[in-house]
Amino acid sequence: MTKKIKLSELGSLFGSLDIEALEGVKIEGDVELDLGQMGLNPQMAYALGHETVQLAFHLMNISRILGYPVDQLPGAAVQQKPARLSNLIESKFSVARNEEWKTPIQEVVLGATSSDGGSRKSTVTIGGENALPYYFDSPMPHRNHITMDVFDMPINMAKAVKSNYEDVINSPAEWAKKVVRDFGADMVTIHLISTDPNIKDTSPKDAAKTVEEVLQAVDVPIVIGGSGNPEKDPAVLEKAAEVAEGERCLIASASLNLDYARIAEAAKKYNHVVLSWTQLEINAQKELNRKLMKQCGVARENIIMDPTTAALGYGLDYAYTNMERIRLAGLTGDTELNFPMSSGTTNAWGAREAWMISSPLKEDSDWGPREYRGPIWEIVTGLTLSLAGNDLFMMMSPTAVQVLKEITQTLYGLKETEQVNIDNWVSAVV
Amino acid sequence: MKLNSPLQVYKYLPQINCAECGDATCMAFAAHLIDRSKKLENCPPILKDEFKKKYIELQTLLAPEIRQVTIGIGENAKNIGGDDVIYRHQLTFFNPTAFAYDVWDTMPEQELVERVNKISNFRKFYVGKFLKVDMVAVRCVSGDPLKFAGAVKKVAETTKLPLVLCSFDPAALRAALEIVKDRRPLLYAATENNWGDVAELAQSYKVPVVLFSPDLDKLKSIGATFQEMGIKDLVLDPGTYPQGKQLKESFERFVKLRRAGIKEGQKDIAFPIMSVPLNAWLVYKDAVTASYWETVLASVFIVRYADVMILHSLEPYAMLPEVHLRDTIYTDPRTPVKVAPGVNQVGTPTKDSPVIVTTNFALTYYTVESDLSSNKINCYLASVDTDGIGVEAAVAGGQLTAAKINDTFAKANFDLKEKTSHGTLILPGLAARLQGDVEDATGLRVMIGPPDSGRIPGWMEKNWPPKQK
Ligand code: B12
Ligand code: SF4
Repeated sequence: MTKKIKLSELGSLFGSLDIEALEGVKIEGDVELDLGQMGLNPQMAYALGHETVQLAFHLMNISRILGYPVDQLPGAAVQQKPARLSNLIESKFSVARNEEWKTPIQEVVLGATSSDGGSRKSTVTIGGENALPYYFDSPMPHRNHITMDVFDMPINMAKAVKSNYEDVINSPAEWAKKVVRDFGADMVTIHLISTDPNIKDTSPKDAAKTVEEVLQAVDVPIVIGGSGNPEKDPAVLEKAAEVAEGERCLIASASLNLDYARIAEAAKKYNHVVLSWTQLEINAQKELNRKLMKQCGVARENIIMDPTTAALGYGLDYAYTNMERIRLAGLTGDTELNFPMSSGTTNAWGAREAWMISSPLKEDSDWGPREYRGPIWEIVTGLTLSLAGNDLFMMMSPTAVQVLKEITQTLYGLKETEQVNIDNWVSAVV
Repeated sequence: MKLNSPLQVYKYLPQINCAECGDATCMAFAAHLIDRSKKLENCPPILKDEFKKKYIELQTLLAPEIRQVTIGIGENAKNIGGDDVIYRHQLTFFNPTAFAYDVWDTMPEQELVERVNKISNFRKFYVGKFLKVDMVAVRCVSGDPLKFAGAVKKVAETTKLPLVLCSFDPAALRAALEIVKDRRPLLYAATENNWGDVAELAQSYKVPVVLFSPDLDKLKSIGATFQEMGIKDLVLDPGTYPQGKQLKESFERFVKLRRAGIKEGQKDIAFPIMSVPLNAWLVYKDAVTASYWETVLASVFIVRYADVMILHSLEPYAMLPEVHLRDTIYTDPRTPVKVAPGVNQVGTPTKDSPVIVTTNFALTYYTVESDLSSNKINCYLASVDTDGIGVEAAVAGGQLTAAKINDTFAKANFDLKEKTSHGTLILPGLAARLQGDVEDATGLRVMIGPPDSGRIPGWMEKNWPPKQK
């Protein structure tokens, strides 16, 4: 029922409707309005008359085009008796892909099988993205991976985590086996914390033995971490790199406050990947990556970044935005920042909400059982960073690992499940 | 926002530098409009008739890309939407995701009241304020409009929080609206089946309304139809599926909608988005698993663009990470979170009370302050000007030094030898390495507290008052 009407006729048609808001508006030229698209509710039309309703609507539109707030239109038909359409207006949604993301993230392989000079059964590949994680613009080529923490000596852990490791806490090799066999770790991180002069001052040679044991215990790729002592780490990591020759381990870490060149040299010599670690500062990250590439000659495919993970509630805002900015810079062409990223997600356990038995503040609502708070703190910290672009997660709680895997692999597209009908969630009994 | 430099905004301002807005010049005021720290209405001259045209033009040009919608009334009203950027570092995100927790009309009355109270009373102290949750969503499970209206009435009597009325049955929505029409509830929801009747409700009761369809073409159609009818306070629910490929697609829809709204300026779908993490309960029945997964879904959509969400779990291990993540994403990255440096009193300190040193990073300061005050420790708390950096980073970065600490007391005219009987300072455990320096610089005795201020009460029992040497 297409009916056309000229704007010049509007005035006479609407003489009866007291439309003050259009006063003073001059419509020049004759515009034809197409009223065909729109149906009418029969009852309403009967009550008000077709024309009035249709025209009222179009008047609203015109007024909108002319920049008049529709609310100012006191047209009787519009305001008092709500008019309605009888059919939905046809519409198609579309949105463009992001054309600014032209630079892919570097792909990095961790671990080496016998055909490549190592002894791992499998390797892990991360990086290669052409878009933010899980975006429709371009599918992520590799899923996220998780490497679980193993320490070379018993350490303090939150109760909820400790209970999982009590039987293996004195044996890094058994500990490593357990996380792979029972908890689904893709990789294992051996933290050589006992080498710290303030802890046990274990010699690089003895620490390297632990690395060998772990390599023998598991056949997944491994990360080798120092104690964080800037004086001692270069020597420890150098020796560890030597005994792990050819395995393409991730050496953690090179940072600006220690002899990164020595660590880079060892990684090059014995075929490993370097973890470039800076503390929540994008420019420092650029600088260190540049130094590793230009000054130390580390190949692009041998660099992963750790821009630092702060826990939920304790600086995660900095960590999240830092990672998101680094990833966006990489995708849009900054070739000093387009490397895969790794997160020390275990840092989440530093938050008091993760480990304290209850709130120290009486005004807080009850914090509930801490056994459940800790793992979810680790999950949410990791998940948030996964959305910012993080590829590899260093984690500790088996529950957290399981849940983070489930959600990241779902968003990645690996999880086939039964279809769920959500149409009636409102009346669901939960 | 269509303008992106103060100069562009300046062109529309009166340009008389009368300073009534509190800025010395119109140009300075223009910069505040761009960063949204002031409103156009702060400039009295532009509200006058002679500038009316410019005012209206500027108002449209300054309007946020995503429409801002208000739910509720009075001081509990919540604005949602109103965003201008797709990454928080580009400006900041406005109007934190509103959390609505559900109740349903088949609950026994007493349980209903308890649950509503639990929702309205939830609080978690953080950086000088309490994190809270925002709304109550009442679900019509009975299918009976009268019963639904009854539940809504009870909820409205129990709390001042804004309400979300959830039913696909227009008759139920109408019955509920009759009860709470003055409280500007959010209607949930119009679909491709009931849209005509729901539109009529939204029109005649003048309330914001959610449109629900996981099919973005349909969602846009319903949106276009509502706008054609003059209904503009819309919220879009593109469906939050709880698992598998459906969840992946849900995620993509959120990203697409927000990109279309902000980056491509598609005004017809530039509305706040709703997510329903509660749907986790459709697949998991065990409360811990369901609460965990609901928190996971909530986290995904807090980060990626939900402006309002409906949640079910009131377990603290679900609510705490949710309110913290929302704060993480919505905290303004432009403003350093600091407190004024100086020496403050906690409780009513005497000459024998301890003097505690911390930094002026708001997170640090308020954490320490609340640990002290809630444990009724009367003391002096010195906040050292570390440029808003926390203890460990400030020690590493050189903002927390012996000289700075000395300065803080000097500027505050706080002479420890005179004001205290013990002449002792307590430093944070993480600043232990400053001990010697501070002793030299101040000539005072310096004690090292525990690494976490939550442990100060226990530490005090053992170490305070200090033993005389
Ligand atoms: C967020 C963060 C940042 C943010 C800082 C934001 C800010 N406004 O402070 C940014 C990105 C700016 C940053 C920068 C740097 N950081 Co930083 N950062 C962190 C991070 C992730 C969290 C710190 C935090 O906010 N904690 C929460 C607050 C509340 O803790 P807090 O201030 O210590 O307060 C607690 C206690 O100290 C105690 N307490 C406080 N006062 C008092 C008083 C008394 C009497 C007592 C008893 C207790 C007490 O109770 C409080 C509550 O628990 C930590 C790592 C981590 N996960 O802890 C690294 C960390 C602190 N940073 C570190 C470093 C090295 C740096 C940089 C030097 C890096 C660099 N090379 O650029 C810079 C320095 C910047 C500067 N000073 O200008 C190191 C410090 C290492 C060290 N021990 O020396 C850390 C530990 C990371 C690491 N593992 O290497 N950082
Ligand atoms: S009040 Fe308005 S006219 Fe006066 S200085 Fe401020 S912006 Fe300019």
